[in-house]
Amino acid sequence: MKKKKQLSDTSFLLMVTVGLFILMYAAGMIVFADKGFAKPQMFLNLFISNAGLIVISCGLTLVMITGGIDISVGSVTGLVAMASAYQMEVNGSGAYTALALSLLIGLAFGVVQGYLIAYLDIQPFIITLAGLFFGRGMTAVISKEMISVKNETFLAWAKYKIYLPVGTTNKRGVFQPAYIYPTVIVALLVLIAVAVMLKYTRFGRRLYALGGSQQSALMMGLNVRRTKFYAYTLNGFLVGLGGFLFFLNSCAGFVEQAKGLEMDAISASVIGGTLLSGGVGNPVGTLFGVLIKGAISSLITTQGTLSSWWVRIALSSLLCFFIVLQSVIASRKKKSM
Amino acid sequence: MSSRGVKRKMASQKASLFKRITKHHLFFPLVCLAVVLLANVIKTPDFFVVSINGGVLYGYVVDVVNRASELVILAIGMTLVSAASGGQDISVGAVMAVAAAVCCEILSGGAVSTGAFQNPLILAVLAALLVSALCGAFNGVLVARLKIQPMVATLILFTAGRGIAQLVTKGQITYVRVESYKIAGGYIPGCPIPTPIFFAAGTVALVMLVMKFTTLKLYVEGVGINSSAARIVGLNSVRIQFVTYVICGLLAGVAGLIASSRIYSADANNIGLYLEMDAILAVALGGNLLSGGKFSLMGSVIGAYTIQALTTTLYAMNISSDQLPVYKAVVVVIIVVLQSPKFNQYFRSFREKLHPGNSVSRKEEPSS
Repeated sequence: MKKKKQLSDTSFLLMVTVGLFILMYAAGMIVFADKGFAKPQMFLNLFISNAGLIVISCGLTLVMITGGIDISVGSVTGLVAMASAYQMEVNGSGAYTALALSLLIGLAFGVVQGYLIAYLDIQPFIITLAGLFFGRGMTAVISKEMISVKNETFLAWAKYKIYLPVGTTNKRGVFQPAYIYPTVIVALLVLIAVAVMLKYTRFGRRLYALGGSQQSALMMGLNVRRTKFYAYTLNGFLVGLGGFLFFLNSCAGFVEQAKGLEMDAISASVIGGTLLSGGVGNPVGTLFGVLIKGAISSLITTQGTLSSWWVRIALSSLLCFFIVLQSVIASRKKKSM
Repeated sequence: MSSRGVKRKMASQKASLFKRITKHHLFFPLVCLAVVLLANVIKTPDFFVVSINGGVLYGYVVDVVNRASELVILAIGMTLVSAASGGQDISVGAVMAVAAAVCCEILSGGAVSTGAFQNPLILAVLAALLVSALCGAFNGVLVARLKIQPMVATLILFTAGRGIAQLVTKGQITYVRVESYKIAGGYIPGCPIPTPIFFAAGTVALVMLVMKFTTLKLYVEGVGINSSAARIVGLNSVRIQFVTYVICGLLAGVAGLIASSRIYSADANNIGLYLEMDAILAVALGGNLLSGGKFSLMGSVIGAYTIQALTTTLYAMNISSDQLPVYKAVVVVIIVVLQSPKFNQYFRSFREKLHPGNSVSRKEEPSS
């Protein structure tokens, strides 16, 4: 009985997610086998194109575990890319300066939003909605034209391929190794670091305590405001980093960039089993959430005839399904108590 | 001695009148509106000049009032939703696009552009309103029945809505080039006042009458202040929250139809874009708490006009539409910070430190 209850709480949601991803990918491999869906590179592409999103979603998962939310991540990503591109191409500074600038922008958003949310008790949604509009508007203030990056150091980072021992042989029998970009490694390292921090450090456990019940956490003697503030600050930093990874993938800054990314990040976290009400969540689940999102879009692009807005509709309906599932689980848990 | 007493009494009455005005819930919104309008008058002295040009009213003020119509309608729905559920419906812009898409698609009979109605206008309008009410009902079920945070629940339609609208119009911009379709967003022949103003005024009047003559306002506030207490008193809080979301969806549909009539087409990507932000801002500017409870519809309406005046001003200052969000975001942050109880607490303790003896004057007055 006790085991079953534990399963229905967190592991059940995670299992649904992992199962769904495997099912989806297997279906894709069978249906689109002739279009190269079964190649290892296709699988690695999921990581390559979503490296930035993985890092951003990890940050968002932290915030959502505390019971908050941040919807400014998409426009902060756009702003980071635009500011870095402007810094490198117009101001002529190096790639390292651009990286520092990206982290600084993310951190600044995290600190300001965190302060307003934690110390002034303002609803996180409103503040980050303002952040969303501020970021998007600032992107247009910096430049309305698209800025493509030609900085050599930066392009060397972006184009550096790391070959893996797995791969396929092409028609002429030449072995083609599968490759990944350094962004994937950074993203996975961040993922592991966040997972370890959540599970084994005092700060990580505080986040869960805060999300489980703010009142109890306060009575337990936990500094609720400071913990919340740190969570948003860390999230801001991760968004800055994730934004830079995203930028490494696109190599350009433009106003419409990363529009709707907040939705992808939130749905990745929710699909990965993070409860919107806080207290439950896990970056590993979030990773699978991101992969599911990637799988949907690559399935729809491989299929070819469906329009791109189907990705959004499919993702929204999936999000809706998981939100309803969570709410059903939550109400069942309440009844059993 | 008696004259002195009378004088003091008069002075205190004066003070209390002043206080009553400043404490009134519409004081802050009206001050905001006045500030924006005054700034305009200084910059363009003929701001308030209204002339008749080609048989229709013409002028800055008319433009502001006309353009604010959709926002006023949205703000009313948003006020009800905020009051009842303590959260905002961020899908209204997308619902506007869906309603416009449905209406135009039915009118054009599936073609990209049409010069005559393929189906009766009334059928198209009713279908569009039905679809938008259904969108509201979908949000309502998620929020009221399944107890999902309002903003997250409406996030689903916020993203999917424009996709659905694209699906309805098959990814194109559907044009309805019929004169009678342009009336709702333009002018009734022979009438100098833009039609959207009538729609906005009508909606405001209708909702206010309903609030005045039914118990809905009391119920909505009761649910918003404490939904479990409201349930214990015997209110069906689930149904009341649900109804506010349906109303909000329906009003978003009305706004969508007006917006579509203005450009006699259904542009799924641009109709109502960012308007949800303006609507939330209008509610906050109107002195309503975004966390639910008591509300003032008039405040939200004033807030909506203030925002439109601000937008028009910023456009007049050559700020492009994609840079506009920066200024609006700053305004939102200032408003919510001023509204937050924590900030007021800090401010009060700061003032007390400055004037330690002044605390007596802050004594709460019995208010009617």
